[in-house]
Amino acid sequence: EVLSPEETVAIALGSINVSVSACVPPPSLPRLLIVYPWTQRFFDNFGNLSSPTAIIGNPKVRAHGKKVLTSFGEAIKNLENLKATYAKLSELHCEKLHVDPENFRLLGDILIIVLAAHFTKDFTPACQATWQKLVGVVAHALAYKYH
Amino acid sequence: MLTADDKKLIQAIWDKVQGHQEDFGAEALQRMFITYPPTKTYFPHFDLSPGSDQIRGHGKKVVNALGNAVKNMDNLSQALSELSNLHAYNLRVDPVNFKLLSQCFQVVLAVHLGKEYTPEVHSAFDKFLSAVAAVLAEKYR
Repeated sequence: EVLSPEETVAIALGSINVSVSACVPPPSLPRLLIVYPWTQRFFDNFGNLSSPTAIIGNPKVRAHGKKVLTSFGEAIKNLENLKATYAKLSELHCEKLHVDPENFRLLGDILIIVLAAHFTKDFTPACQATWQKLVGVVAHALAYKYH
Repeated sequence: MLTADDKKLIQAIWDKVQGHQEDFGAEALQRMFITYPPTKTYFPHFDLSPGSDQIRGHGKKVVNALGNAVKNMDNLSQALSELSNLHAYNLRVDPVNFKLLSQCFQVVLAVHLGKEYTPEVHSAFDKFLSAVAAVLAEKYR
């Protein structure tokens, strides 16, 4: 699925808001692990994931969450060329990490809700639609090299 | 499975929905139609322009049904039995769409509740809407 030029611009503008508040990045990974606990299966070595409080406070989760969001930021900067940008990451998630691509979609849905809670009224329906397309395109690129 | 804590959180959130059923319902539907265009295929007979009376009316109906579900969390199958029949035999909406509406309704809640839509609340509500969707699809085959 290709994004139109307008959508690319809208996302780029929107992402400025995201990175400005990125000093406190919207916490998506902890929320994923809380709302869909089976996703914890990939993080057995992260220590205490026994409660929402433990997950939110877990330094490994926070560090990894930041890594994921930073990578997402890279995706936004490389929308014209996403499959190539994510080729190595895709292979990694398939061959080493063995992550079902369904999890990328789950994380995308979580990110949408986090953005909605953060931007409230500014997260208009049009904004939601554009971001939903973006997370879909990112998930697709990340799954592209699976075999 | 909904825990006692989940039910408390869901009830607390629902107290905030009171008085906004039509607004929240209409907004959820509108977001769904824009974000997931194939969902419009179930409404060829509707005026889908923003703020349409039909969307407002239908939004109110959907949210009131959810309100009924909230009142009957221990007994969803029975409480939603009629709706279950309706969806299985008349409407035959593909169940993937329940997840899409669930996502959009949660976006509406997050937009209106902001920080209050905490991970714990989000989790409880997502579970609740999944349970409702499962009941609606129960009689499909």
